Amino acid sequence: MSEASLALGRTWKRPPIISNPILRWTLIIGALIYLIAAVMTIDVNWSRVYEGLERGKKFILAFSNPNFSDRWTDIHEGMLESIVMAVASTVAGIIISIPIGLGAARNIAPLPVYLICRGIIALSRALHEIIVAILLVAIFGFGPLAGFLTLSFATIGFLSKLLAEDIEDTDKSQAEAIKATGSSWLQWINFGIQPQIMPRLIGLSIYRLDINFRESAILGLVGAGGIGATLNTAFDRYEFDTAAAIIIIIIAIVMVLENTSTFIRGKLQ
Amino acid sequence: MLQLQKLTKRYPTGDLALSDVDLEIPMGQVLALIGPSGAGKSTLIRSINRLVEPTSGAAILDGENLTTLSAGNLRKARRRMGMIFQEYALVERLSVMENVLSGQLGYVGFWRSFLRKFPQSTINEAFRLLERVGLEHMADKRADQLSGGQRQRVGIARALIQDPKLLLVDEPTASLDPKTSRQIMRLICELCDERGLSAIINIHDVALAKMFVPRVIGLKLGKMVFDGGPNDLTPDVLTDIYGEEDWEATIEKVDDEDEETA
Repeated sequence: MSEASLALGRTWKRPPIISNPILRWTLIIGALIYLIAAVMTIDVNWSRVYEGLERGKKFILAFSNPNFSDRWTDIHEGMLESIVMAVASTVAGIIISIPIGLGAARNIAPLPVYLICRGIIALSRALHEIIVAILLVAIFGFGPLAGFLTLSFATIGFLSKLLAEDIEDTDKSQAEAIKATGSSWLQWINFGIQPQIMPRLIGLSIYRLDINFRESAILGLVGAGGIGATLNTAFDRYEFDTAAAIIIIIIAIVMVLENTSTFIRGKLQ
Repeated sequence: MLQLQKLTKRYPTGDLALSDVDLEIPMGQVLALIGPSGAGKSTLIRSINRLVEPTSGAAILDGENLTTLSAGNLRKARRRMGMIFQEYALVERLSVMENVLSGQLGYVGFWRSFLRKFPQSTINEAFRLLERVGLEHMADKRADQLSGGQRQRVGIARALIQDPKLLLVDEPTASLDPKTSRQIMRLICELCDERGLSAIINIHDVALAKMFVPRVIGLKLGKMVFDGGPNDLTPDVLTDIYGEEDWEATIEKVDDEDEETA
């Protein structure tokens, strides 16, 4: 008998992630019981659903016959307001995000700056747009100013965080080489860091413009201006054909933005 | 011209990377720093221009102690020390020309560099250097389009446009093929000779070091264990630096004839 033949017929199984079998099965069975219990707590009123189906059908059918003309002035104004709001808040957000993003990157910022910038980001990300919008509408009144401020604030959390993470992923040696030439801090950022993060910064900015436009359609519901207000009014009046027209325009604009973003990012690499 | 006095670096992890290194390099001398991985070669040259902060000791360049300089004076001192890197460390998304010009950042203001409006004399010098390293037609190519040998030539031009007194060279040939390695080493040594520069070249290829430099320093676990000419590198010395191995093939005279062409 050689050594090799002794190894024949030995079985092998991937070791489980949780090695303690009691703990493993408690977790699996516990999760199943929770899932079943959770589904049973959902209270569905089936007769209400049946009535609602009719309204849903009307709404969906309205897409086959969208009405652009009756409320065109409202749609036009709302859409323009949303676009202006989205573009302005994205630009303002980017301008503020760049310094915060630099400060929130551990590899280039000293600890106190890092903590402050991460704090700002956490605050911005913790509050949902709708909550911020309700607060800002209360302060600044109805209209697009509240919407603009809300979206700028949300952009800061999004862009700074992703920018900071990209900066932390940059190649250290390229930055080190620039530092070794005797460059100042700003020159170091401009030559050593910026070229490495530029494609991502531009890609993220266009993506955020896309998000801000979609969000601006929601913010109208809480009075922060834009196409959302028009959409809300259309629903309130059961003008599903007008609502369908608005939604179609929103989808078209988002698709154009999406394609533009893909195209530009392709060019950048 | 450069003196290291009891230069020591202990990393926060407790590793003693450099231990009381004393070294004096006269003007115009090119020396090779050899030693196994982790011996502290990279730490040594980075402690000189303080990309790594030494824990204690002094590094004195032309009478100025680099280890105690303020941030502003350190930037001025770094202009006199050109650095060449192992993986070239070019900024990949910048053009060849921008990479070369970045060597002048210590001399120009922020807005000039931001707008890429470098003085005409700097641009002339950049073209002269690109021509010297054989890349004048590549000026507007992006750095990531070049081959390894070409990138290292750009790295050399970037270091030289600083008008340095000293070159700190970190494994210049580690990612290059044997022939390109020799060309790059020869280029570095020729340029040091033309301009009267001193250089410290970290290199793990002992045979290559022996071909080009007049003085070799051996580093082992952060301590200097050898200082002598290339011909003093006997098998015993190499065993002392690297550990037991058959060194006869390494110290053989290398045939240096069939690779003279560009």
